[in-house]
Amino acid sequence: MLKIKNLKVSAEKKQILKGIDLEVGKGEVHVIMGPNGSGKSTLSMVLAGKEGYKVESGSVSFKGGDLLELKPEERARAGVFLAFQYPVEIPGLSNFNFLKIAVNELRKSRGLDTLDSVEFRDLVDEKRKIVKLDEELLERPLNEGFSGGEKKRNEILQMALLEPELAILDETDSGLDIDALKTIAKGINKLRSKDNSIILVTHYQRILDYIVPDFVHVLYKGRIIKSGDKNLAKELEKKGYDFVKDEWEEREKAKKLISLK
Amino acid sequence: MISDTKIIEKKLKSDYKYGFVSNIEADEAPKGLNEDIIRFISSKKCEPAWLLEFRLKAFRKWTEMVAPVWANVSFPEIDFQEIIYYSAPKNKSLKSLDEVDPEVRATFEKLGIPLWEQKKLSGVAVDAVLDSVSVATTFKADLAKLGIIFCSFSEAVQEYPDLVKKYLGSVVPSADNFYAALNAAVFTDGSFCYIPKGVRSPMELSTYFRINAAKTGQFERTLIVADEGAYVSYLEGCTAPMRDENQLHAAVVEIVALENAEVKYSTVQNWYPGDAEGRGGIYNFVTKRGHCVGANSKISWTQVETGSAITWKYPSVILTGDNSVGEFYSIAMTNHYQQADTGTKMIHIGKNTKSRIISKGISAGRSANTYRGQVKVLKSASGARNFTQCDSLLIGKDCQAHTFPEMSVQNRTSTVEHEACTSKIGEDQIFYCNQRGISSEEATSMIVNGFCREVFKKLPLEFSVEAERLLSISLEGSVG
Repeated sequence: MLKIKNLKVSAEKKQILKGIDLEVGKGEVHVIMGPNGSGKSTLSMVLAGKEGYKVESGSVSFKGGDLLELKPEERARAGVFLAFQYPVEIPGLSNFNFLKIAVNELRKSRGLDTLDSVEFRDLVDEKRKIVKLDEELLERPLNEGFSGGEKKRNEILQMALLEPELAILDETDSGLDIDALKTIAKGINKLRSKDNSIILVTHYQRILDYIVPDFVHVLYKGRIIKSGDKNLAKELEKKGYDFVKDEWEEREKAKKLISLK
Repeated sequence: MISDTKIIEKKLKSDYKYGFVSNIEADEAPKGLNEDIIRFISSKKCEPAWLLEFRLKAFRKWTEMVAPVWANVSFPEIDFQEIIYYSAPKNKSLKSLDEVDPEVRATFEKLGIPLWEQKKLSGVAVDAVLDSVSVATTFKADLAKLGIIFCSFSEAVQEYPDLVKKYLGSVVPSADNFYAALNAAVFTDGSFCYIPKGVRSPMELSTYFRINAAKTGQFERTLIVADEGAYVSYLEGCTAPMRDENQLHAAVVEIVALENAEVKYSTVQNWYPGDAEGRGGIYNFVTKRGHCVGANSKISWTQVETGSAITWKYPSVILTGDNSVGEFYSIAMTNHYQQADTGTKMIHIGKNTKSRIISKGISAGRSANTYRGQVKVLKSASGARNFTQCDSLLIGKDCQAHTFPEMSVQNRTSTVEHEACTSKIGEDQIFYCNQRGISSEEATSMIVNGFCREVFKKLPLEFSVEAERLLSISLEGSVG
């Protein structure tokens, strides 16, 4: 599904990702954890195609094609979805209309007929149950006046509507109370299937009580310094990042020593 | 929201689609302006002596006036002797719509104004004005049954001289300002509308203005009178061919609302804006004013301004009647090299008068967009209230937005509120839409439409669809 090879990325002339290698297979859930400033959000943004990041080297292939060559909207249509950490507001544009346009753009790109308002209403009514989103929020302007939890539910609703093959969830769990976290985690579990992959970017282990990942990676200073299965997350929870960081720094030191010799 | 397919399709065709020229044989006055030309126009229209006097008086005042320079627009001085002040399609006196020149008919059909399939057009009566004259008015007979008069201005002068004489110039005096005086001197046609006491017009009344002939100016005059307790919703649309030279459109609209009457006036202004380099386009210098004469009356202006090279226009309301209400809802969109200086005046005279101003300015390209508003509360206007909100949206880095609000309050019991904000379309907003499979152009038009939502809601339905479509066309080429 997704193959990232030695990806180096800089923003404002500062290198942020310093050689990422990651392979995500069909149906897998990967968690990327790491302290603040480790490059988690940069990785999400680069995969989605946000401007302002410079890919210095490396490659990203998605379903066999070069992902980095595509415009952001083309990536979306190809099946890459990003749940934003900070979803934007668009005053005056109703959430319902926004969702409908997004779904129809996708349908058009796949040669399907577009849905009219009545058909779309049925679809959205079915999907919004997954994240328990109030009907009233459909009529409000996109994200305007939504609480933090409502914004995140709305992101997962979009994932449900767009049915992406690769969903990158950027700190979808941050700023949620425990009930909202449970609802959203359950929603994500419902959307999980053998045909789609998920990259879950998070600070905290707590969402992993509800979503059981196949792989856990620790991102630190722009590199993946440790990978493991779900038990790695538990270990991190217990011992903090420091034990992985120390381990890695020891290793780096050793490497340097070797190269000096 | 109209379907997104439509927006994109329209976007791809970046031309001003009303830019065609029709080959219609016209009866024209020689170019230039003097008293003889005015007499010529007046005699062409078989006008009564008082009207010729009205014109000449205005002309004499006009010769002593100078063109206003305070607007935030710049253009070369207009040579008023180079303009043709009268141009009418030949074979005019018609007994029925069927006698209209097929070329004229084709022109309006191309514009989507089906004068002859009127029965199919749902509930909108149209007065079609081509260059200097009204060529057809639909649904006249149906309206007449209710006592509603809806006809061309020329016809009103012949058929209802007393009404015209009573109200003409009562809201916009003949020498009100430079362009209004010019209009009073040379106006050729326009629409006249009278809604009798207690009658609610069952359909929207609409005037469609079309400039066709080259080197002509269009100077039409519209007069709407709503008698006690009457209601009417009035629409105005306009287009012009694409020409390299600038053409002048200096219209006057007067609205009178008597006790308990309500008039809603909506405009979708789509005059040719000039090309992407700023060549050609219409100079739209218009005076629009309503007078709430009676108590509890209401006049509401809604405008969507997308066309014209230069727009200079301030639809205003004089609130004389106690408890009367004036409203102004405006979207002004400028792109390329367009200039717009537009806004409103609300003059509170009566007690407990209310006014509401919502202005949305959108500037793109190298255009300049100015809101200019005046709210005046006179001593007599106890309990008057005004709310003003003027928002600007900037697209790109070469455009300008200006706001010049003026408030003068002479009564302590009144409340005047003003809110303003300026925003840019954020890269984050565009990227968010992109990430949902929506192109940048489409995203921009969604954001702009969202910005204008409040005003769109005030437009009659069909007009609102037209307006959204127009905005997305006008936005073309504004997204880099």
